[in-house]
Amino acid sequence: MALHTPAVATRQARLATGKRSKERTPTSILFLALLWFSLFVAFATLVALIVTTIAQGADRLDARLLTEYPSSRPEEAGARPAILGSLWVIGTTAVLAIPLGVAAAVHLEEFADRRHWFNRFIELNIQNLSAIPSIIYGMLAIGTLALIGVGNKNIVIGGALALALLILPVIIISTREALRAVPRELRHGSLALGATEVQTTWRITLPSAVPGIATGTILALSRALGEAAPLLLLGALVFISFDPNGLLSGFTTMPIQIYGWTSAPQAGFHELAAATSILLVGILLVMNALAIVIRNRYQRRW
Amino acid sequence: MRLLLRLAAWLSILITVGIVISLLSPALQFFAEVSVVEFLTGTRWAPQFADPTFGVLPLVTATAWTTAIALAVAVPFGLGAAVYLAEYARPRARKILKPILELLAGVPTVVFGFFALSFVAPTVLREWLSVEVGTFSILAAGLVMGVMIIPTVASLSEDAMSAVPSALRQGSAALGANRMQTSLRVVFPAALSGIVAAVVLGISRAIGETMIVAIAAGARPQMVTDPTMEGATMTGFIARMALGDARVGSLEYNTLFAVGLLLFVLTLVVNAISIQLVRRFRQEY
Repeated sequence: MALHTPAVATRQARLATGKRSKERTPTSILFLALLWFSLFVAFATLVALIVTTIAQGADRLDARLLTEYPSSRPEEAGARPAILGSLWVIGTTAVLAIPLGVAAAVHLEEFADRRHWFNRFIELNIQNLSAIPSIIYGMLAIGTLALIGVGNKNIVIGGALALALLILPVIIISTREALRAVPRELRHGSLALGATEVQTTWRITLPSAVPGIATGTILALSRALGEAAPLLLLGALVFISFDPNGLLSGFTTMPIQIYGWTSAPQAGFHELAAATSILLVGILLVMNALAIVIRNRYQRRW
Repeated sequence: MRLLLRLAAWLSILITVGIVISLLSPALQFFAEVSVVEFLTGTRWAPQFADPTFGVLPLVTATAWTTAIALAVAVPFGLGAAVYLAEYARPRARKILKPILELLAGVPTVVFGFFALSFVAPTVLREWLSVEVGTFSILAAGLVMGVMIIPTVASLSEDAMSAVPSALRQGSAALGANRMQTSLRVVFPAALSGIVAAVVLGISRAIGETMIVAIAAGARPQMVTDPTMEGATMTGFIARMALGDARVGSLEYNTLFAVGLLLFVLTLVVNAISIQLVRRFRQEY
């Protein structure tokens, strides 16, 4: 596999012609320098972002951040309700989005007739959904809550609904890819032994695709964890001085808390915003690393 | 069992219908009070004033500027990174560089917004480059948004370039082209449909991005003629308005959905253009 990357192929082709000097003309050296510079811009920004955030927030990254409630005095404030709120919302999002997303993907990939116009329409629709701005999903959530007559929009289940609908297309698309990677022979073998299609899907195809599904799902959830825009519409930027304790509880989340503190004038709150950012990015890093480990370790190559 | 699965797949249609209905019904109430022409051509946006006016152009110009600045950053650097990863990098370098780019894509947008506000505007722009910007500016928000979109453009166009068959590269090399010429004149045109799709996805992300502009671009809705100004984008307005306590059914509340509908339609149009362009430039091997 590694032998056939384009870079290697070009190098081999170039070696075969026996001329290396063409690569050293001033224009091509300048071109390569520009390519390096492109990567440098991305990486330098990432480093600058990490360094400046740590420099501003490291002093406040302490136990108070985890145990204290927000306060009008920055030195006494903490992000405890936001951290718990994020856990509640993301947990609920996972419960809503994973079964639905996997079920939809299994239907589209294993059972649906792909040539049927309606299924093609569903596919196109999922593609479109994944490109809709996240803030629109917040509007969908408040529209839905208003429709079923829920007056108070700042509830955990409302936030989870917005985020679940937001990541549903992502989960469907990555699950479909994972299912597609399972070789046909496995399914045929199972069917030949007398298993029904449903049994084959449930006991052979799905278990083989679990690593791919897990990777895609973790990445989708980490996107939801960092998302703030749709939750703003659900009134999540509120002063919460209690631990959220249920699906109908009021909530705020870490990204929203960061936004709130960013907009405050005192420098002390900016330190808090930076400290919470470090914590949030740390959690996301762990989730991403986990996804990469699962991808590298458990994903089978057929 | 199968019926349940089918219902799950149909849910995606229901979501789209839900979005359209939940945007359309308050937006229609809005347009019953404000004429569509006034909304689309007016240059003064003051929905909360005693004498309210609803010209959406200030929001649109702010969105256009932030999107343009973001693309000016993301397209050249994203494509540069993609060409390097697809055509120059050895497998081992690629294995290290790609996850770092993915890391950049995983940073939450609030954190990018905070970075724009606390570092890019005061230090990079004002101190290092001595650009006259205030605390909030379209420029700082657009630049940071551009860096945020680099991974999107880079990773999709890299996929497209890697999918170009090696035979084309070998043929080009055999005719005496060097790697730069092969990349620019053979691989790039062959991968054009994927690259266009990557850029268009970048555009729709820039139009819809909310937190960076809400934090760093400012809140004053004005016609943006100069990127060092502050301005409220469509998403920035929605975010700020959502903080207030607009009563369901009030004109203020409906205004939110009118702007949301415009945003939704814009991204749909951009997507449709993308699908058309991809079809037009697609090459089969």
